Order: sequence, then structure tokens, then C-alpha cells
Amino acid sequence: MSPLLTAAVTVTLVLYVLAMGLGLLRLLRGPGAQDRVLALDFLYVVAMLVMLVLAIRYDSSMYFEGALLMALFGFVSSVALAKFLLRGEVIE
Amino acid sequence: MTDIVVAVLLLASGCLALVAAIGLWRLPDFFLRMHAPALASTLAAWLVTLGSIVHFSVRGPGLSLHVWLIIILLSITAPVTTLVLARAALFRRRHAGDPLPPPLRGKR
Repeated sequence: MSPLLTAAVTVTLVLYVLAMGLGLLRLLRGPGAQDRVLALDFLYVVAMLVMLVLAIRYDSSMYFEGALLMALFGFVSSVALAKFLLRGEVIE
Repeated sequence: MTDIVVAVLLLASGCLALVAAIGLWRLPDFFLRMHAPALASTLAAWLVTLGSIVHFSVRGPGLSLHVWLIIILLSITAPVTTLVLARAALFRRRHAGDPLPPPLRGKR
């Protein structure tokens, strides 16, 4: 692994952390419940991207399964929360 | 050489994720804010996936395309999430009596 790629991975992770911080601010501040769900979905996506970058950093494909699970659970939780906002219950 | 390609892809994806987060933080209305995270779940995810495929294909024994699964999953699920969330937001706003965005079809 060249020092160039190591530096790029580090900078990318820092950018992702900044993005997650802004998303967390929106999650805490968000005027409506739908804003919070949107921010949570965004946080899930960025966390999945962090897993993929860590897979490159540590040269391991184990992180791929984690990223896949994170994408799946992020989708399920976002849709369940949105359905709850829409109907007042998740499964009817 | 491939390290340069992977580094550029990763940095571009990091910048795009940050732009999406700034949009999520700065845009004034929920329906405007909903556009920003799409940048992260499409373009940033595509760039990271391409970088990962290039990296592992060069390092590993052969072409490794399994990371593509994430893109397939994300491109199916992201529109569904957005659609359901938009409908929930419309429903909640209509109930609260807040001003709604104008309908797509104009007044007849």
C-alpha cells in the first residue's frame, strides 16, 4: 500500500466524518420528524461508505459483508420509520 | 498507477459526501433537503465502489466484482426510501396545516 493511497484514505475518512457530523447536527436539530429520518438514512449511507473505505485501507474483504448489511438495515429502518410517520404503525 | 486512480476516486467521493451533508444542513425546506442525500447514495457510492473494484482487482487473483452488489442494492432501495419519506412528509404537513409545495399540474 503506497503512502499516497494511505493519505488519500485518511483524508477521505476525515471528509466522511465531517459529513456525518453535519448529518448528526441535522438529526439533532431537524424541525420535523421527517428531517430526522432523512438524516438517519444519510448517516447509514455514509457509514456504509466508511466501511468500504476501511476495506481498502486494511486490504480485507470482510468489511464488504458489513457494508452490505448496513445498506440493508438502513433501508429497512428508514422505510419502517417513514411508514410509521405515515400511518402510525409499521405493519398493518 | 492504480493507486493514483483509487486515490482520486476516493477523494472525489469524500468531497461529494461532504457536499451532500452541507446541502442537508443548509437547505431551508424539507422538500429541498431531500435532494441532497441522493448525491451521497448515488454518486459517492458509485465512486467508492469503482475504487474498491479497481483496488481489489489489481491486488487480488482476478476481477472482483462482488462490491457491485452494494450498488445494485442501493440503486433499488434509495428511490423507495425517498418516495415513502416524501409521502410521509406530505401527509404530516397536510395534517398540520402547513403550506405545501404547489402540485405539479397547474390550476385548470
